This record gives sequence, C-alpha cells and structure tokens, in this order.
Amino acid sequence: MNRRDFNQLIGMGAAGILLPNLPAFSRTVSPEALLEAGIDVAVKKRLADAALNAAKSKGASYTDVRIGRYLNQFVITREDKVQNIVNTESYGVGVRVIADGCWGFAAVVDAKNEADMAKAAEKAVAIAKANARLMKEPVQLAPQKGYGEVSWKAPIKRNAFEVPIKEKVDLLLSVNSAALQNGANYVNSVMFMVNEQKYFASSDGTYADQDIHRIWPNFTVTAIDPKTGKFETRNTLSSPMGMGYEYLQVNPADKVTGITTRYNKGYDMLEDVTAAAKQARAKHAAKSVEAGKYDLVLDPSHLWLTIHESVGHPLELDRVLGYEANFAGTSFATLDKWQSKNFNYGSKQVNLIADKTQVGSLGAVGYDDEGVKTKQWDLVKDGTLVNYQAIRDQVHIIGEKESQGCCYADSWSSVQFQRMANVSLAAGKTPLSVQEMIKDVKKGIYIIGDGSFSIDQQRYNFQFGGQLFYEIKNGEIVGMLKDVAYQSNTQEFWNSCAQVCDERDYRLGGSFFDGKGQPSQSSAVSHGSSTARFNGVNVINTARKI
Amino acid sequence: MAIILTEAEAKALLTKVLSYSKADECEVNLIGEERGNLRYARNEVSTSGSLINQNLQVQSAFGKKVGVATIDEFDDASLEKVVRRSEELAKLAPENPEYVGVLGPQQYLKSNGFFDSTAKVTPDTRADVVAKSLELSRAENLAAAGFLQDNYGYSAMMNSKGLFAYYPSTNVNFSLTVRTNDGKGSGYVARGYSDFNKLDTAAATRIAIQKAKGSAEARAIEPGKYTVILEPTAAVVLLENIFYNMDARSADEGRSYFSKAGGKSRMGDKIVDERVTIYSDPTNPELPASPWSGDGQAQAKTMWIEKGVVKNLAYSRYWAQKQGKKPLPYPNNMIMAGGTASLEDMIKSTQRGILVTKLWYIREVDPQTILLTGLTRDGTFYIENGKIKHPVKNFRFNESPIIMLNNLESLGKPERVLSTESDQNYLIPPMKIREFTFTSLSDAV
Repeated sequence: MNRRDFNQLIGMGAAGILLPNLPAFSRTVSPEALLEAGIDVAVKKRLADAALNAAKSKGASYTDVRIGRYLNQFVITREDKVQNIVNTESYGVGVRVIADGCWGFAAVVDAKNEADMAKAAEKAVAIAKANARLMKEPVQLAPQKGYGEVSWKAPIKRNAFEVPIKEKVDLLLSVNSAALQNGANYVNSVMFMVNEQKYFASSDGTYADQDIHRIWPNFTVTAIDPKTGKFETRNTLSSPMGMGYEYLQVNPADKVTGITTRYNKGYDMLEDVTAAAKQARAKHAAKSVEAGKYDLVLDPSHLWLTIHESVGHPLELDRVLGYEANFAGTSFATLDKWQSKNFNYGSKQVNLIADKTQVGSLGAVGYDDEGVKTKQWDLVKDGTLVNYQAIRDQVHIIGEKESQGCCYADSWSSVQFQRMANVSLAAGKTPLSVQEMIKDVKKGIYIIGDGSFSIDQQRYNFQFGGQLFYEIKNGEIVGMLKDVAYQSNTQEFWNSCAQVCDERDYRLGGSFFDGKGQPSQSSAVSHGSSTARFNGVNVINTARKI
Repeated sequence: MAIILTEAEAKALLTKVLSYSKADECEVNLIGEERGNLRYARNEVSTSGSLINQNLQVQSAFGKKVGVATIDEFDDASLEKVVRRSEELAKLAPENPEYVGVLGPQQYLKSNGFFDSTAKVTPDTRADVVAKSLELSRAENLAAAGFLQDNYGYSAMMNSKGLFAYYPSTNVNFSLTVRTNDGKGSGYVARGYSDFNKLDTAAATRIAIQKAKGSAEARAIEPGKYTVILEPTAAVVLLENIFYNMDARSADEGRSYFSKAGGKSRMGDKIVDERVTIYSDPTNPELPASPWSGDGQAQAKTMWIEKGVVKNLAYSRYWAQKQGKKPLPYPNNMIMAGGTASLEDMIKSTQRGILVTKLWYIREVDPQTILLTGLTRDGTFYIENGKIKHPVKNFRFNESPIIMLNNLESLGKPERVLSTESDQNYLIPPMKIREFTFTSLSDAV
C-alpha cells in the first residue's frame, strides 16, 4: 500500500498542494455531472463489438475490451476550513489482445465511435506483434465460457454522489469542531467517494455491465504539548468500504463497545473523533513500552493490515512466479511449499479465505476484469497452505482449469493484471468474546487501529505499529502505552496465533490504495477478521532522543 | 494539434483561454506528455504500454472565492466551457481565507531538461535496449525482471496579471532486478536520465548480474549497530524523508521534526554533521528541473541545510504572508554535496562494516524524530580490512536519517540516483555512517 500517494492525493503532503493529483485523463466536473447516466449499454456493446471484430481481423486470437467511466469526489477540510472539493470523471477504453502468442494493450480516451475502437484494437495487435520477438513461450490462457449479456450492481442503499455536498461539508466541519473542543490542536478530515462504471466484453462472448461504489470518511487529529514540543496523533478507526453513504448512518448495532468504540458497517464519525482527540492528548502521558516479548491481542481495525501484507501479498501467484521481482518482490510461499500439502502457514486456528463476493467489501464485483465470475476460495485451511490467487494466464501453473477471478485494472487506461482478492481470517468456531480473550492474557498488549507498516520483499520479516496500545497485566487492561511496534516473521507469527474470537466480533478493515505493478496501479481491498491473540511476539520501543 | 506544444503554440493557446475569462483573476496551467514503457520478468516481456495525455486547468477567482476546472479537449468551445465552469464553481465556493491572488510576471532561470534523444524513443527503441539487457541475463542463466519508462512533454502557465511560463522536459528511468535461478542471489540496478543517450542498459545489467551472483550464499550475522556504507540508491530513500518534512507551516504549527519546544522551529539550528550540505538548483546540468513551481514562483538555487545548519524551510505564499516571511516554493530537485572519494575508496578505508546497496519498504515509525524502518535488499555485504568478505543476510533497520547524518564518517562523490520509493531523481553521494541500527534479520532474498 502506498500511503504517500494518498497523502499527495488529498494534499496532506509536505508540499501542501491543495489540488489532488488527478487520475490520468480525468477532468473535473460539477457534482451534478456525477449523476448523469453514462453511455447506454446497447451503445457500449456496439462499440465493444467494433474493437473485438477489428482485433480479430488483424490476427488476434483473444481480445477483451473495457469501457470505463470512473467518478471520484473528494471533500477535504482542516479545522474550520473547506480546503477543497473536487469532482472528477474519466472515460475511455482499454483493449487487450493476444497476437502471435503475446499480450498487447492500447487505450484511448473518450472513444465515441466504432472507428476509435478499431484503431485502439489495431494498435494493441501491433504492439503484441512487436513484442512477440522477446517471448520464449506463448501466453497460455485458461478457457472461460462466455456468459452473454450480464450485469452486476453493488448493493448500496444511498448513492454517496446523490448526497448534497453541503451535507458532507457540514459533517466534516462538525467533526473538526468536535476534535478541537476535545483537546486536538489540529484536525484534517476527508471524505473520499468512488464510483466505477465498467463494461467488459471479450471474444469469449461475455458482455458484463457493472456498477461499483466505495467510500472512505477519515481524519487525523494532532495534539501538541507546547512545553515539550512533542506532538501525538490519532487517526480514524473507520474503514474504507464497498458501500454507499449508508456507511455514515449511525447505528448502535454497528458499534463495538469496549476500551474504545469500534465500528462495523455503520461509522459514527463524530463519536470517533471525540474519542480520538482525547486519546491523542492522553498519549502524551502514556507509558513508553518496555521492549520484550508480549502476547498481542489484535483488533480487526489493526489486524487487517497484517493480513494484507503477510498473507494477501505472498499468496499472489504472479509474485511467487517472479513477475513482480523488480518492484513489489517475490514470495517466501514458493510452489514446493504448496505442493508439499503440509506447509504450516499458521496454527490450527488459522483459516484464511480469499473472496471476491463479500457484501460491503472493497473487492466485491460480479465479474473480474477478464470476464470471470467471482467466487470465494481457501488459501490456508486449518493452518496449512492450500492455494494461491491466480488469473487466466497463470492458473495453469497451479493445475487449475479456471481462473479464480481476481484480475483488475485501476482505470480503462491501465492494463489488467492479478490483484489481491479480499483476504480474511475466518472467525473462531468456538464462542469467545474479546473480554474473555483478554482475561487469560498475563503480559500482553491490546492494539487497535493501523499504524506504520513495513515488510520485506518475500514477506518474511515485518514490523507494524498501531493507533492505540493498551497494556494487559494478569487479565486486566492497566493503562495506555506508546512507542510500540512489533517485529515478527510471517510463518512464526501465524503459528503463534492462539485464539480467534467468534463471528460476533467479525469486522472488515481495508485499503483504498494497495500499490502494485510498474507503472504502479492502485487497488482497493478489504480484510475481515475477529480479534485474535498471538503469543510471545517481539515488541520494540520506537522512541528516540534527538 | 500536436500534443507537445512549442512555447509559441502554448502561449497562443493560453492567451485564447484567458480571453474568455470574466473573473477578477484567472490562472491557467497546461501540460502535454507522451509516455511509453516496457516491462519484463522471467527473462521475457510481460506488459508494455503507451500514454498520451494533455490537460488544461483553469482557476478563476472572484475575491477570495476560487473555482478550478480541468479539461483535456482543446477546441474553442471546450476551452470556453472550462473557463465558464471554473467561474461557476468559484461563485458557488465558500471564501477561501488562504487565497492570496495570482503572481505578476516573473523572471526564470534557464534550465535545459529536454533532450531529443528521449523525445524520439519508439516502441522499437525500447525493445532494442531491453533486448541488450535480456541477452546478458539469459546468457548467464539468471532471471531478469525490469522496467523501462520514458516520457517527454512540457508544462506551461499564464495568468491574468501577465505571468507566463513554459518548460519542456524529458526523462527515462530504467530499473532491473536479476535473480539466480535457485533464488539465493538477487541484484538490483536503477538509472535515471534526462538524456536517453546516457542510458546503457548493458552496463547497468552487468552491475545487477554481479550483485546477483555475489549475493548468493549470504551468511547471517547478528543484528546490532554497525558501520555502514550506503550506496546512493540506499541513502536517497532515507534522505527523502528529511526533504518531505522541510515545510515551514507544519514546523511552525508544532507538528514536525523541524518544530521545537515553545512553538519555535529548528531554522538556524545545527541538526546534523557540518559536512552535510543539501541544496536545490534547477539549472544543475546533471539534474535539470523546472525553474518555476506550479503557482508560477521562480525556483532559484537554494540552501536547505548548509554545513549542518537548517538554512531554509518551504513557505507557501499564504503562510509566508501570515508569518511575515518571504515565500519559498518547495524545490523541484534536491542535491547533496559530497567529496571526491569513490565507493571503492570508501570500502578500502573501512576496517569492519556493511555495504548496503539498496533499501526497501521505507516507512516512518515516528514523525517526531523521523524514525524510519525498512530492510536491506538485493545485495548486502560484509566488509573487513578494506575488502568485501562475503554477502550477508538482509536486515531490518530502525534509524532516523537525522541521527544517521550526525554519525557521518565520510561522503563520496555525488551521482544521479533514482529513488525506488518515489521514482524521483536526485544527486546524492555514497556515505559512510557509524552505529547504524539494524534490529532484526530477514530470510528474504
């Protein structure tokens, strides 16, 4: 995940630029334009057929066409000011072909007629033929049946783009005001909304029209101690979700109470920022952690990122095979470990599931970006590595006959490739609450919220921070800690998993900006879990004197 | 119309856009670019692409009410439409108390960042230079994964107070990871140039091959504090985190490393070893950069840290006005001065230490001290009595670049280097640092 991109995007980077770096080819539009209907599906089919036919006549053995309209809205505020409101729209077409056994791709902005489509298809074929001389073996594409004309819509209740800007601004400014009243010196808050209107057509005979929505309300509060010159921050405990504006509907049933309130599918932003301001202030007086081994109790608002980095990424087959060696890296989870059928990825409590269908998740779609119907599958079962995430041109390597449906491109102008499905830790099968889990911990730390994160290029050694740290002594929470980070090794860590709370505690966390590929593409993905306990993990103290 | 406009064409287009304006103030930014790339892995091409982009952004202001609109179609009707839309948005917007108005005409330095050699790259040129790299890795039975990306374009701006700026530029970045087929060795190289003719993919590939072979059979040594020699590729990703923090507003607000007790900033303080000097200069021939910033401010040679002392922090025009200071735009390049020693000289003068060729997954752990974590990658070596003895397993580090630059032993000769974290180019010397903190071992190769 690339947080720096996000900071630049919303203008919180050091340069203090207020205009986000807009996605390629996007233009700013009025909020009303975001509600205009896109191109009619019959027209999209006609345009797609033009590209499919042109590519075939130039010698392509396979072609897919993606006609995409991508809408974004950002509302960006700090303290009592609206810094920016940006609405963007990006429309265009990407055509991907196989010709002479090699992939070729070409994209065209604002394609409006059959001639534009044919030109893009011909260019893609020409590129494939030019690059074929650098190939050793032809691309092997898993067969895929055509589904005919199909559609899928995210099951949202309230389209965030239909909510008046004023309502969003009022919410963020009242959030900022609550932060300042409760001890924060500064507060930045952002509402980020996405709508992907995607049409996919392939020479296999699928024509899929899809409508995807995502939302992420978030903030950072800063509390300064002028005497010492120290500052502390606390970030939002919200999650980016595959939902509409209903995510901001306050609903008691979606609140998880405890040492601090956490949220499931309804986020109370005002309540969270009020707590955040007090907690940022309280961090100044918190005890600096003593380095050593601790049992960790990890909340889903924290654990999602550890799952993302130490399970989601190493089990991407393209990484395992070396396709990402020059950037994101390869993987320790090599094919021989999977073939052995006895590689202990984790303890018996650990069941990790890939899923492109989970309702409300960031990764949910009906069909992936190469026309494969989405599904759920096991990656780690009762602790043993059983599968990877793979797409059509690689799935034959693991002996599967069909793709797992996790292919994605972040824009019509980007070429689609294997991206992480939602990867989640299954809830524990025996009833267990968080309180019951903590009661058994003698020397531990309870971590809530995600913080600093870093992992090596094969996904062995990692280090994670968090937002809130609470010391557990003899089954009781005794106070707040600071300067906490834990370091471990993926296999050792997941094998130290002693307990997972039951499904009552199951929640989704996630990332809006998972970076992969060159040029880098961004993907949104969720990771669910219940609170889980990991025994004897190495904790370091991150305070330094300068 | 061509995508890449000449200065005269850009001026004519911008003048036309401004002629549609009815606002109190109007400012227009324009860009055009063509990009191409070729990616390969497992010794064969995996993906390639090209991108043509043009964009025009109009900012209109009525008093302190500001609206921005963008468009990528440049016919007259579209140009007028985008001006009207920015004016409509401005009228609807709340007053922006931080709006300080547009600048009048400015004088800019000359900087040559445009090279025909890069502008003329075709898909075939890309395939040719990648083929030169692939021949070498295939011949050695090693697995190569690489990425070549070139772009050429221009940016221009004009406003209703008569400011006009134009800057054409080109760039090519090449990076390559070579791995041994048993997965025990891995080597990396990255090169960035404005001039495509300077790129020698075969020479670069030989470096990655040497590191891949040399790093196999790495031995584990205990984590702890070591003298390290950081190659520029490794050093730059740490230094960048100092650069990102050199903002006056966050320092004055008390929420940055550059803040200190009592609401003061570290401006004028000696924060690192006196041999450390970091500056920006858009006219540097090795690292040319735009002589103006996006709001039209002129970029000049600027000292940021001189002989260890903080000389400047970036002031936005708003923050400068509020604090009664001179505005200073965030720089378009960064250069760290060094010495004359080669990397080999630095190794020769080291009794016991570790050569770090690349660092990876750098994240800030504590913004208060700029404490960073990350790992070594693609070739880490143990030095004894002035010689590289053997490769060592990768380490995780937890270190602040501020502490690191206080523990400076020596600096080598600066070279142009591509950051693996941000894709930006810098001029940075190799550096020898004592007591660099490695906190754990990694099995990753």
